[in-house]
Parts: sequence; structure tokens; C-alpha cells
Amino acid sequence: MENAIVIGTGPAGLTAAIYLARANLEPLVIEGPEPGGQLTTTTEVENFPGFPDGIMGPELMENMRKQAERFSAKFRTGWVNSFDLSKRPFNLFLEGGEELVTKTLILSTGASAKYLGIPGEKENVGRGVSTCATCDGFFFRGKKIIVVGGGDSAMEEAHFLTKFASEVRIVNRREELRASKIMQDRARQNNKITWSLNKTPLEVVAGNSGVAGLKVRNNSTGKEEIIDTDGIFVTIGHTPNTKFLNGQLETDEVGYLKVKPGTSETNILGVFACGDVKNNKYRQAITAAGSGAMAAIDVEKFLEQIENH
Amino acid sequence: MDTLTLTKDTFRGQIENGITLVDFYATWCGPCQRQLPIVEELASEMKHSAFVAKINVDEESEIATTYGVKSIPTLMIFKDGYLLETMIGLQSKSFLREKLNLYLSIGDTC
Repeated sequence: MENAIVIGTGPAGLTAAIYLARANLEPLVIEGPEPGGQLTTTTEVENFPGFPDGIMGPELMENMRKQAERFSAKFRTGWVNSFDLSKRPFNLFLEGGEELVTKTLILSTGASAKYLGIPGEKENVGRGVSTCATCDGFFFRGKKIIVVGGGDSAMEEAHFLTKFASEVRIVNRREELRASKIMQDRARQNNKITWSLNKTPLEVVAGNSGVAGLKVRNNSTGKEEIIDTDGIFVTIGHTPNTKFLNGQLETDEVGYLKVKPGTSETNILGVFACGDVKNNKYRQAITAAGSGAMAAIDVEKFLEQIENH
Repeated sequence: MDTLTLTKDTFRGQIENGITLVDFYATWCGPCQRQLPIVEELASEMKHSAFVAKINVDEESEIATTYGVKSIPTLMIFKDGYLLETMIGLQSKSFLREKLNLYLSIGDTC
């Protein structure tokens, strides 16, 4: 039986693992389908303290993992299929049939990129529709690309994609962009970036070799048109990875786990949540890491309590 | 190491006979770095029944283009020269093992 299982290897999960490992609790960390979390799909991280010249997202995550391994955190790749949280110790069932048992559980499964949910989109993921510019930009050398979204990430991805693409068009549903001024300015100064604002994506148009265009509606005229493109990068935010919990824990209406304010405690004793999977408005690497430390400390306290009774 | 490294010169000959799982990857792709050890383990587990191979898309962009790879990791299963299945994104070992076993069992009954 494990003292603690941490599910997820973003900054929250890895920070929790570092703290637990340093406390000699030998945590088992389960790495799922998006190892390293959202930061592995970013380029340079300029606002994580301690790196005055910035650090590449994937490198930062690799460093956190090494730091956890240094104190003997155990890692394994696995897809958690289901849980039984109705009694302690908790049972976890992995894809492939394996069962794990643990006294405590830290959920740090984060959030994944959201899709538009329009016709033609899901079928063409990997055929021109992507949510990861750093992974897939390479395949669009000299091609035309659309980035959907108006936030900081959309600006950053568009800017990054101009390294490969001949033209990057930003499509946004509203006239105004959500992105910060510095990110907007950076994008506007890039002459490879063009704009289709106030246009709602309706359908991904595909041919034999994948994506060929994006059908949009002009929100002021109501007119529909197809914009030719070889790739569509969707950057419209994230959705929490809580579906696999099957409603065993309390979430808000969008699916983010609820924790007791100022702690990492969920509504089930012995189950803790940290990072982007829990209800939070900040969504930063540093706040995720901070909440990971909180979860680890909460686990330590909890284990002490149950062992003394 | 039971995983074969394919190039444009060896690719065709390899997929021609039997079942081959091919992992398209790049050194700069985070999820690919997690996929490789999974594929490696599968290669040694299945070395008596199926081939497991990898292709570096940086070095072998021709093959990637031919098969329309636009996202990595992408995994493909070939049987006797034909593409049977394309899987996009990081895949678990048990899922890949199941897929290979499925195609192996179809082979037995034909």
C-alpha cells in the first residue's frame, strides 16, 4: 500500500511529489496522457521566479521531475480508469487491469486544451487541427495556418507559428482581444500575422489530405465564408480533467474540483486537489506549484493524524 | 534495443511483411519523449510476434509527408505493406498491445 499517490505531472503534481519525497513518504506519481502538463506545450516561460533569463517550459518540467526523483519519488506511466473513493484506503484501477491501493490521494490532473466543438473538428485532429503549436507547427512549413482565439496563448502561438508558416491568421469571435497589451502588440508587429476578428468558426472543411479551410460567420454582416488554410490551431482555453472521477468528488458547474478555501482538501477525507484541476482563477505555473506544496503538507498532516489514532 | 530505426531506404522493405507498429517522433516533442520508452518496452515484449519501429520526422520528413503526419507522436500499424490504423497523440502500452494483438489474431484466421 502507498502512503500517497499523486496523479498528474504538471507543476502542481511534481511540487507535491518533491515535498512528499523529502518527507520520506515515497510518493507514487502517475504520469498520464499529457506528461509534464500544459507547460510542455509552451516555449519560453518568463515569469517563473528563479530564472532571470527565462526557461523553456519542457526544461522546467524536466527539472521538477528530476528534483522529485532525487528524493526517491516513484514514477510510472498509467491511465487511471476508475477509482473507489468510498472507503480508505482508496483503490485505483489502471487501464490494463492493474489495481493500486493508497492511504491518500493527490489529484493534480490539470486541465486540457478545449476544442471548438464544431463539425469536422474532432475528425481532423492530427490532420491539420491541433491544440499544440510547439508540437505540430513543424509540419506547416511554408503553409497557411489559422489560430483561433484571442487570449495571450493565442497571440503567443500565432507568433511562434510564423517561424514555420507563410501566413498566420488569427480568428476571434469578438472584435476585442482578451490578450494583454504586450502580447497583442507583439502579434500586431509581426507582418506574417493577419486578422479575422468578429468572426465565429462554424465548420472545419477538409479534403483528402486533411484540413483545407475554416468556415466562419461574420458577426456584423451575418455573411458566411470559407477561409483557406492548411492548419487550424485552437487556443481558446482549457477544461478540467475530472471526467474520469465519475462524480465521486464535488466539482463546480464547469467540472473544477472544489476544495475547502485555504486548503487542498476535497469533500472526501484523504483526497486532496491542487493545480488547474481545482477551482482557481489564477492558472499560473507558480500558483499550481504553490498549491502542490499545500497538498503535500496537507497529506503529511493527515497521515500523522490517522497513524496516531 | 528491440525498436527498429527506419529511414526512407529501409521503410518500405520493413512494412512489406508481417505487422509493424511505427512511432513517428521528434527529439523536441515532449509527449514523444514519453512515448518512446513505452514503445521500447512493447518492442521487447512483442519481439516474437510483431515489429516495432520508430521514425524521426526531422530526419525522415519524406515518409512523414507521404503518410500525412501533421502531429506527433503519431503511431501507425502496417500489415503486409498496408496501413491499418493511425493513432494520434500519446498512447498507453496496454492500448497499443491490444491493437497489435487484435491485428495479429485477425491474421491467424485469414
